[in-house]
Amino acid sequence: MPVSKEILDEIALKPAEYQLIVKQLGREPNQLELGLFGALWSEHCGYKHSRTLLKQLPSSGKHVLVKPGQENAGAVDIGDGQVVIFKIESHNHPSAVEPYQGAATGVGGIVRDIFTMGARPVALLNSLRFGYLNNPHNRYLFGGVIGGIAGYGNCLGIPNVGGEAFFADCYSANPLINVLCLGIAERNKLVKSQARGEGNLLVLAGADTGRDGLHGASGLASRTFDEEKGLRSAVQVGNPFLEKLLIESCLELAKTDWIIGMQDLGAAGLTSASVESASKGESGIEIDVLKVPRREKGMTPYEVMLSESQERMLVIVKKGCEDKVKALFDRYEIRSDIIGHVTSDKIVRIKEGNKIVAEVPVNLLTSPPTYRLRAKKPDWLAKLQSLDVKSIPDISLKKIGTTLIKLLASPNIGSKRNIYRQYDHQVGNNSVVLPGSDAAVLRIKGTSKAISLTTDGNGRYCYLNPYVGGVIAVAEAARNLACSGACPLAITDCLNLGNPERNDVYYQLKECIAGMARACKELKIPVVSGNVSLYNETRDEAIYPTPIAGMLGLIEDVNRHCTFGFKNEGDIVFLLGNAQADDSSLSGSEYLNIIHGLVMGDISIDLEMEKRLHQCCIELIKQNTIKSAHDCSEGGLLVCLAESCLANGIGFASQSWRTEGRLDAALFGEAQSRIIVSVASNLVTKLEKIALKWQIPITSLGITGGKRLIIKDYINITLDKMEKAWLSGLGI
Amino acid sequence: MKFGIIVFPGTWSDRDCYYAISDVLGQKAEYIWHTETQISNYDCIVLPGGFSYGDYLRPGAIARFSPVMASVEEFASQGKPVIGICNGFQILCESGLLPGILRQNDHLQYRCQWTYIRTENISTPFTTLCQEKQLLKIPVSHYEGSYYADEKTLTELEAKHRIIFRYATADGKINSDANPNGALHNIAGVVNKSGNVLGMMPHPERACESLLGSSDGNLIWESIIASIQRNP
Repeated sequence: MPVSKEILDEIALKPAEYQLIVKQLGREPNQLELGLFGALWSEHCGYKHSRTLLKQLPSSGKHVLVKPGQENAGAVDIGDGQVVIFKIESHNHPSAVEPYQGAATGVGGIVRDIFTMGARPVALLNSLRFGYLNNPHNRYLFGGVIGGIAGYGNCLGIPNVGGEAFFADCYSANPLINVLCLGIAERNKLVKSQARGEGNLLVLAGADTGRDGLHGASGLASRTFDEEKGLRSAVQVGNPFLEKLLIESCLELAKTDWIIGMQDLGAAGLTSASVESASKGESGIEIDVLKVPRREKGMTPYEVMLSESQERMLVIVKKGCEDKVKALFDRYEIRSDIIGHVTSDKIVRIKEGNKIVAEVPVNLLTSPPTYRLRAKKPDWLAKLQSLDVKSIPDISLKKIGTTLIKLLASPNIGSKRNIYRQYDHQVGNNSVVLPGSDAAVLRIKGTSKAISLTTDGNGRYCYLNPYVGGVIAVAEAARNLACSGACPLAITDCLNLGNPERNDVYYQLKECIAGMARACKELKIPVVSGNVSLYNETRDEAIYPTPIAGMLGLIEDVNRHCTFGFKNEGDIVFLLGNAQADDSSLSGSEYLNIIHGLVMGDISIDLEMEKRLHQCCIELIKQNTIKSAHDCSEGGLLVCLAESCLANGIGFASQSWRTEGRLDAALFGEAQSRIIVSVASNLVTKLEKIALKWQIPITSLGITGGKRLIIKDYINITLDKMEKAWLSGLGI
Repeated sequence: MKFGIIVFPGTWSDRDCYYAISDVLGQKAEYIWHTETQISNYDCIVLPGGFSYGDYLRPGAIARFSPVMASVEEFASQGKPVIGICNGFQILCESGLLPGILRQNDHLQYRCQWTYIRTENISTPFTTLCQEKQLLKIPVSHYEGSYYADEKTLTELEAKHRIIFRYATADGKINSDANPNGALHNIAGVVNKSGNVLGMMPHPERACESLLGSSDGNLIWESIIASIQRNP
């Protein structure tokens, strides 16, 4: 083999894959051609290890217009001629190397995926995972990531309306940064990512091309790495101002009939953008790298084609319209150049002046091999799941108050205000429910409708049971939407795991996907877009398997939405769902983690009950029966009550609290499928009727009012004290 | 009556201002691209929030050189109302139409949150419909919003009642708890000597409907409309 293993390693291709390329091409590829294969056959672009598994996820539904893989993001019809485009994407590896720019360009990349399709981006959410912040390096990563998301997103004028942050040791040095962007477009103005029609022109607009980000797709995102390796040069630097100008100019362009397609330059830069649009348009393309404006002198064709310089767009322009397109970009002071044209021979031809420097059939580049690896249930899992609850003493009455305070002051439960107040969450004049809630609610101007958005995914649950964890990620996201009054429409998912070539990680991947697929099918929510981030490990330590479900829901009447805080004094508080949390609900709980230092046990969920619970909650909100609804999740019942109290400073008292079995499980267990609601006393009968209809058990817990949280002789604590603890949770 | 909303490269509150003025309050509004110079046909000029020129160098430092700014100065000199919001306030300070500057927030973080501002002077075109000391619930969203001016300027601003909005607590107290950015004297908004140019950090266009949490911002737009109708 004329190519050394070192070179193949650098572009993350295996020797067998190289042999396959030689066989299919009928010759040895040159260096540039090999680079094209390396990028497009990378895990990041090619989904080699996940593609066969991802097929299990349902992607059809009556609202679905664009499915995964068809375009840059999924599209869902919301009626009135409008379409919602949304997608979540990870930028984990770049952020581990350079947190500010890694996170910033993560925002930039996902935003481009949305406006590329002709949709105005109207919301961002981010799902973050870090190691604990008492470690200085984690604090550095955390500060950089939050700063990067704020610095880039705020400059674009897109509100950052929600998300979550979760902390565990396994994310130390390997943080997860998943960013979701959502846009709204007119249904008949969607722009495709296609190069079609011989002689039509390829116009590159935006930033000049530099050497930044070389090997981002193959090198950073597609293998494990150690920080020491000096991969910083593979991280790009963002320019949000230019991105803002690209948003406005490309949206203006999308309204014209001058273009055939549009494709942003993301991972693998010009290579991926040109090849993918040629593939989708069933065409070929010819590019002259000398026409690509450079940031630096002496760049090779290889560097030009593989550069991941940010804020660049490839526009496929109808022949004859190029002057109008240039004039439009000029008005925004954006550089644009014709760098090539569409051909009909289905070949990617790269030239340097008159010299052909690469020539490869499009379909070879877009058909990487797929792998079905061996999945083996790891030996350690059984031990982890076998939690003997009896060996843990139950909580004593005296300790309930201090335990609640400890949990409220823990990073996973404490308020995330110190994060989200650094993001503009109101620009756009659509934000009805702001960050800090179960789900964000955005009204759709010109209609009575609203959309609801959330992200969810508990890595700890997935670590203990990847299948059930996958189910819960979807179920809890849907529950969050139900608490806002929204019916779920679609999911975008981001799967964050370790090295899939290890059979325990592949097992986790397979089980997580299977669990998510089952929940999606049961709850009838299609997956319309997504992203897979593998190789999330440092020094052989894999992260918790962390699938994130980003979910979109629809509220028909924006005035019938709901929030989690108690609204008035004297309302009756009910638990919807099973009141009696059994001992196993302590498994994987924050209580067990914080108080007993244990991450153990097996988890479970009853999807049938879950589905009815959502329908019940949505109907209660639609019928204006309840005043608040809050998902009972991390921290269990008592934390959920505390949060509903703190939202509007209205207390809670219960003299009739009944409980059987372990007190810690009842108060802090994390049994699924439970929602806490408050209702005016004259509407209790209505609530009972609706709950009966959906066969959802309800339990009266107590009454709202005062400035304290009181449950019999278990706990009597002021809201002030709880708030102080809760606001200190992040410890920053 | 017609509002002109200036759009610099990087401006993003232009659409929200348009929405509040046009869709909510039913007034005529048009966008003005920063290279235009003919603005005399408008009754009020709005410099919206955003990151003009990416806030590179300093917020507003580049935008003040846009061709439209000479026309804004001319417009203001005729006594017609000009309102700069957030980045617009920064541009007005950079261009010398308003005194003082906006420094980085004292906590060195971007801050997006609801604030209350207390109306300190109700005899300006921007506050004529407000009550004495009326509290308005209007959100802020900025990194560089900490108002600063030298002692002499501050003394004059205080003496001439040119500080028209101050950050206040929900019950109307002016103290550091209410101050989201470390602004001197809790200053949220100031007017020029003639009282026809206002700069303010909070975003009244975002407080335009109770569905979004407050409609108090409309009082400012409605005051402008009433003033123009009174002195056409």
